[in-house]
Amino acid sequence: AYRTDEGQPWVLPVVKKVEQMIANNNSLNHEYLPILGLPEFRANASRIALGDDSPAIKENRIGSVQSLGGTGALRIGAEFLRRWYNGNNNTATPVYISVPSWENHNSVFVDAGFKDIRTYHYWDAAKKGLDLKGLLDDMEKAPEFSIFILHACAHNPTGTDPTPDQWKQIAAVMKRRFLFPFFDSAYQGFASGSLDKDAWAVRYFVSEGFELFCAQSFSKNFGLYNERVGNLTVVGKDADNVQRVLSQMEKIVRTTWSNPPSQGARIVATTLASPELFAEWYDNVKTMADRVLLMRSELRSRLESLGTPGTWNHITEQIGMFSFTGLNPKQVEYMIKEKHIYLLASGRINMCGLTTKNLDYVAKSIHEAVTKIQ
Amino acid sequence: SSWWSHVEMGPPDPILGVTEAFKRDTNSKKMNLGVGAYRDDNGKPYVLNCVRKAEAIIASKKMDKEYLPIGGLADFTRASAELALGENSEAFKSGRYVTVQGISGTGSLRIGASFLQRFFKASRDVYLPKPSWGNHTPIFRDAGMQLQAYRYYDPKTCSLDFSGAMDDISKIPEKSVILLHACAHNPTGVDPRQEQWKELAATVKKRNLLVYFDMAYQGFASGDINRDAWAVRHFIEQGINVLLSQSYAKNMGLYGERAGAFTVICKDAEEAKRVESQLKILIRPMYSNPPVNGARIASTILNTPDLRKEWLVEVKGMADRIISMRTQLVSNLKKEGSSHNWQHITDQIGMFCFTGLKPEQVERLTKEFSIYMTKDGRISVAGVTSGNVGYLAHAIHQVTK
Repeated sequence: AYRTDEGQPWVLPVVKKVEQMIANNNSLNHEYLPILGLPEFRANASRIALGDDSPAIKENRIGSVQSLGGTGALRIGAEFLRRWYNGNNNTATPVYISVPSWENHNSVFVDAGFKDIRTYHYWDAAKKGLDLKGLLDDMEKAPEFSIFILHACAHNPTGTDPTPDQWKQIAAVMKRRFLFPFFDSAYQGFASGSLDKDAWAVRYFVSEGFELFCAQSFSKNFGLYNERVGNLTVVGKDADNVQRVLSQMEKIVRTTWSNPPSQGARIVATTLASPELFAEWYDNVKTMADRVLLMRSELRSRLESLGTPGTWNHITEQIGMFSFTGLNPKQVEYMIKEKHIYLLASGRINMCGLTTKNLDYVAKSIHEAVTKIQ
Repeated sequence: SSWWSHVEMGPPDPILGVTEAFKRDTNSKKMNLGVGAYRDDNGKPYVLNCVRKAEAIIASKKMDKEYLPIGGLADFTRASAELALGENSEAFKSGRYVTVQGISGTGSLRIGASFLQRFFKASRDVYLPKPSWGNHTPIFRDAGMQLQAYRYYDPKTCSLDFSGAMDDISKIPEKSVILLHACAHNPTGVDPRQEQWKELAATVKKRNLLVYFDMAYQGFASGDINRDAWAVRHFIEQGINVLLSQSYAKNMGLYGERAGAFTVICKDAEEAKRVESQLKILIRPMYSNPPVNGARIASTILNTPDLRKEWLVEVKGMADRIISMRTQLVSNLKKEGSSHNWQHITDQIGMFCFTGLKPEQVERLTKEFSIYMTKDGRISVAGVTSGNVGYLAHAIHQVTK
């Protein structure tokens, strides 16, 4: 979760404002939402992902399912794919998840019934960057119709995203081999500060004519973690196909949670639908993104000033909440035991944990760990 | 071509269809008796005062929005268990239970169903009463269980077929799962009396069945939270370690906030910890952690003495209005000159009433009087008001005389 420079959680000012508006609106009640969710939320959420001028939206071939966070959106999508993709109830369709990835991805698809979960190359530890060759190679070798879970931006946990050019290469292979793109978009806006930039990959795939799913989370970019606000955006060939897909997703929703929670969706819908509130939100998002970007550049410059062995450009080249520092497990152990800095054995740090007050200490500690421990 | 060319159009939701048709109707006297939500005597949704107060308290605390634990808000789950089991319950006091927050009743049922699929290897069979809530079957089926049934409703008398139920239940294979509606059976409104519950408990114990209670109307049925939870508490006292799903949709009017809980009564606190760990593993790949708003409201109400008192009064108020509408409907039918026995309308309890009307009669009610209900003759008494009960009685008399 995001933290301020004081190391505190942050409720976005626009969220506070909108919550007050909702509280003051006596015409609102607590009645059930429709099964697929609050209509104004669904439409606006998908519009954020696909862009105002999306051809798919203009051609009325998109659908949306309000979900319980990004996890819920992934699960509904996974349950639908297991039932209806590549035949009926084809649990043997391979599902490819990057190595590494968010650890819950695997469980979502296993519990949805898929029997063949595989990995695709992603992180190149030696060069501390994307293993594009390995990734493309895995796609070439994957059985046709395999499902690929793609991180739309701010790859979790590596913070390493393909460049637009690399995305183009990925899309070309996926198109040629009939691979299904299932995007996980948990950091739109939060990653670069720009909604459009962070959605570039998803929109590119749409422009290339793909049918795809995009699981969206509003936990980070709206700071609405515990309200469970998510959206599954479905892009299809035409309205008729999308309509049938949504009707089946409705059945899945009905046996999972019946209908989604109203509070978080109301906050997001109200914000996105109002130009002033939208601008305020954009500003709040940029505040968060900029702080993380600042911490990245400050950490890198300190490490370089200290002359810490190795290269540290990956700290600023990576994006989003997490960074794969490149520290090995022994060095990580040193950080934890000797310096009381907590990070994962993989060397992953949460950039949100950095503040102007602790930057020096963290940089010095990394320097020590790298110089003392090999 | 599309990946989805072969995807069939899902069937329209039968209850939603009723509401859609109702919305299109221009008759000023129209009545929507399909609605599964409480309405006040003006036919409007009702936000409880204690809910508004709780919301104000919560707003004033200016809390952050950090993730809840996977198992939910602790103050909520504890209060929920205490509400269901009773503060003097041995099971509650000893801590030999686990309660996790669920997405209202549906989500709680689904967690339980998935837990059974993964850990209850003795049987795949879940026995539902005939009839049961329409969504029970697909929930258990999607979780990987199989559905069976036991006799429950007697259409001839519009009441409980107790001998049929006992007969069927006494023949259920050992270690099967049996689902029971704790109170205000949906859709019939027919509940066993306490002496009947005692016999059911004894039989179920003898057959060594795993009992799963669905309690969606505690307080909302009779107006008394202890009375409505009597069956659940009796079973536990008899040594039956039940599973329980609770919903706060109706009794706190928190429908869209999705506040609910799933409980497993265990052998001891240690077993409860192990069960809890597995429930979390099931929940995490579904939605990671639950929504805070409804749980916080419910928790504030249950844990703040003044608000809790106020809630008990308000929930009784809702229950009393429903009971009063039942009484008025029957007396109005008598006034209309109906010679039929309508006693079941006042014998039944909760939001729903199985009128005994046949599909042709229901169709006439809709076509000639713009009164909307499901084909099985089920009405939501919550949709009846003192302003329209006379009209309803008149219409029912017309199609049944």
